[in-house]
Amino acid sequence: MFDQIIGNLSVLTAAPIFAVDLLFQGLFIGAIFALAGYGLALVWGVMNVKNLAQGDLVILGGYIAFQLAAWGVHPVVALPIAFVVMFAFGWGIYVLIIRRVVERDLFTSLLATFGLSLLIQQTLNRIYGPEVQVVESGLGSREFADGLMIVPDVRILSLVLASVLAAGIIVFMRYSRMGQAIRATSQDARAARVLGIDTDRVYAFTYALNSAICGATGVLVALIWVIQPFYGIVYSIRAFIIVTAAGLGNLPGVIFTGFGLGIAEKYSDFVLGSEFAIAAVVLFLVFVLIWRQIQMYRVRQVVR
Amino acid sequence: MSFIRKDMRALAIGTTALVALAASGAQAKVEGDTIVLGSAISLTGKYSTNGIHAQRGYDFAAKRINDTGGVKVGGKSYKIKIVYYDDESTPARGAQLAERLIKQDGVKFMLGPYSSGLTKAVAPVTEKYKIPMVEAEGASRSLFTQGYKYLFAVLSTSEQYLASSIALAAEIAKKNGKKPSDVRVAMAFENDPFSLDVRAGVADDMKKYGMKAVVDDKLPRDLSDMTATMTKIKALKPDLFVLSGHSKGAATAARQMKEMKIKVPMVALTHCESSKIIDKFGASTEGILCPTQWSETLSYEGPLFGKASDYDRDFKAAYAGYKNVPYQTAQASAAVQVWKDAFERANSFDGEKLRMALTKTKMSTFYGNIKFSSAGNNIAKPMVLRQIQGGKLKVVAPLKWASAKIVWPRKPQY
Repeated sequence: MFDQIIGNLSVLTAAPIFAVDLLFQGLFIGAIFALAGYGLALVWGVMNVKNLAQGDLVILGGYIAFQLAAWGVHPVVALPIAFVVMFAFGWGIYVLIIRRVVERDLFTSLLATFGLSLLIQQTLNRIYGPEVQVVESGLGSREFADGLMIVPDVRILSLVLASVLAAGIIVFMRYSRMGQAIRATSQDARAARVLGIDTDRVYAFTYALNSAICGATGVLVALIWVIQPFYGIVYSIRAFIIVTAAGLGNLPGVIFTGFGLGIAEKYSDFVLGSEFAIAAVVLFLVFVLIWRQIQMYRVRQVVR
Repeated sequence: MSFIRKDMRALAIGTTALVALAASGAQAKVEGDTIVLGSAISLTGKYSTNGIHAQRGYDFAAKRINDTGGVKVGGKSYKIKIVYYDDESTPARGAQLAERLIKQDGVKFMLGPYSSGLTKAVAPVTEKYKIPMVEAEGASRSLFTQGYKYLFAVLSTSEQYLASSIALAAEIAKKNGKKPSDVRVAMAFENDPFSLDVRAGVADDMKKYGMKAVVDDKLPRDLSDMTATMTKIKALKPDLFVLSGHSKGAATAARQMKEMKIKVPMVALTHCESSKIIDKFGASTEGILCPTQWSETLSYEGPLFGKASDYDRDFKAAYAGYKNVPYQTAQASAAVQVWKDAFERANSFDGEKLRMALTKTKMSTFYGNIKFSSAGNNIAKPMVLRQIQGGKLKVVAPLKWASAKIVWPRKPQY
């Protein structure tokens, strides 16, 4: 165990190019998780709905890309299509289900979104079967440092797409009327209503936007990893970890946390072994929570 | 008072009905000239694809037996009928349905469910009621370390899945004038009971040859990315890369080997077929070694179905839409064939006599030889290793049944 860790570390010091490689891999996976986390932070922060179907929305987006690829649509084109389709889907889900649980207690919304998660899983399983599926982009790989570091183009593409998406959403939230209304509603829903904001519409838009972000994320997941009707839970859990670590209401923080966790995961995967990759991420979360407790303690003392 | 009396009467009627049901159940094992076998199998849920493959294997064998004179017991010819319930791919439901098959439907002869997990859930139930079960889809080694007496499996157990690739690597090393102990192995296994069984078999064989593991990663079940493992492989340049992680692991590994242009001379993966990596990633999968329980190109032969290739042809004729017959189907048929053989040798429907007959099973079939150890697993059939050559899977080991020569080092097109 320990000699293996030392061996792995010596590989990194002997050939630092691998450390660079890991850094990029961390950024690539971080981008994907950051997007799923961002959507969850939005829904959680604005509507106080803990969306357990988050990962299943991601997988649903993946299957949209899969279906479009079967019809001959290139995945880069599939991404905006999935975004729009999932936006409409999210709006529909809000009207049908979420609207009825927004004002209720925690468990009602947990149960409702859990049920939604099961429904999506089994429907996808009915239509596409339980096989693992992928979408091929047909793009090659780039070589650096005499082939020691190889970066697949599809990952660069997904990083770019994820960045564009994230930047677009941040700008939208800051400057558009709807973005302002969403932020106002998340601060104080009742006050927002008094000032003439149609909070129901804001909620619907927020959930639809989250669903669209998830859909786009799903396209990227199908492009660089694999999709299967029951794999959504991975993205749900990761999104919850990211939002918890970033802190509720800290939307830009979610993006940084996503990248940070991605990089932490890759390095611990390499050095400690894959069995500790997820453990390292959760450990990271624990440290963040402890650190935040200490901070809060200081604040409480000042108040006292 | 009167309503209590009414309740008592209802209770009495209910009890009578239950007794009657139980009595009719007791005869359900053989109804007239029909032997009733039972199975809880995954017809919906995440195992449904393979569950249905297995069910078709059961049905195909039952039909073949019924069409060719049935099962002869005590000079009389019996037909086979199989009762199914859908376990929805959940172990708890599987155990519940096994109880129902045995207690309510009175089934005395069981066929297994799909997957090791479900078999693990059902086996304690059949054991409790002393009902023999011949299973075809649960390979986990841990099934055969519990001391189960009524469990019989026709397939090879999980620790044999990739062990043959180690022997093959040793052979190639010797041919190239190297010592088998010089072979450096990269291992990546998912952290679940099945894959860890596969790993245990590989580790045992590596120890036998004195091989060294340069990478030994256990992939968490919810890990979707293997790039760190791939980076490690690129840095350490092993001679052999073995991986097992269900369809997800196989598909992810194939994709990322392609993306990162991994140049290991020998690569062995489980679940090549169910993950359809050849269709998905084409020439980049060239030369990958894939273990399988069975292949239609093997020279196995036996009564009822004839040769392996005959089974393949007949099954495709009976069920349209199959390009390849999955081994899950073949072994399911073999399990029904084992039951027929046991009935005829025991010449009885008595559970204990049948169990004794099953322990003495020794047959050659289209699926391979079948002989059970005292633990109930089949020890007469080896695991077969196939290699992807020109987009097709060709048997390369064991040499006795091989139809093609191994290509080493593998030459993938990235």
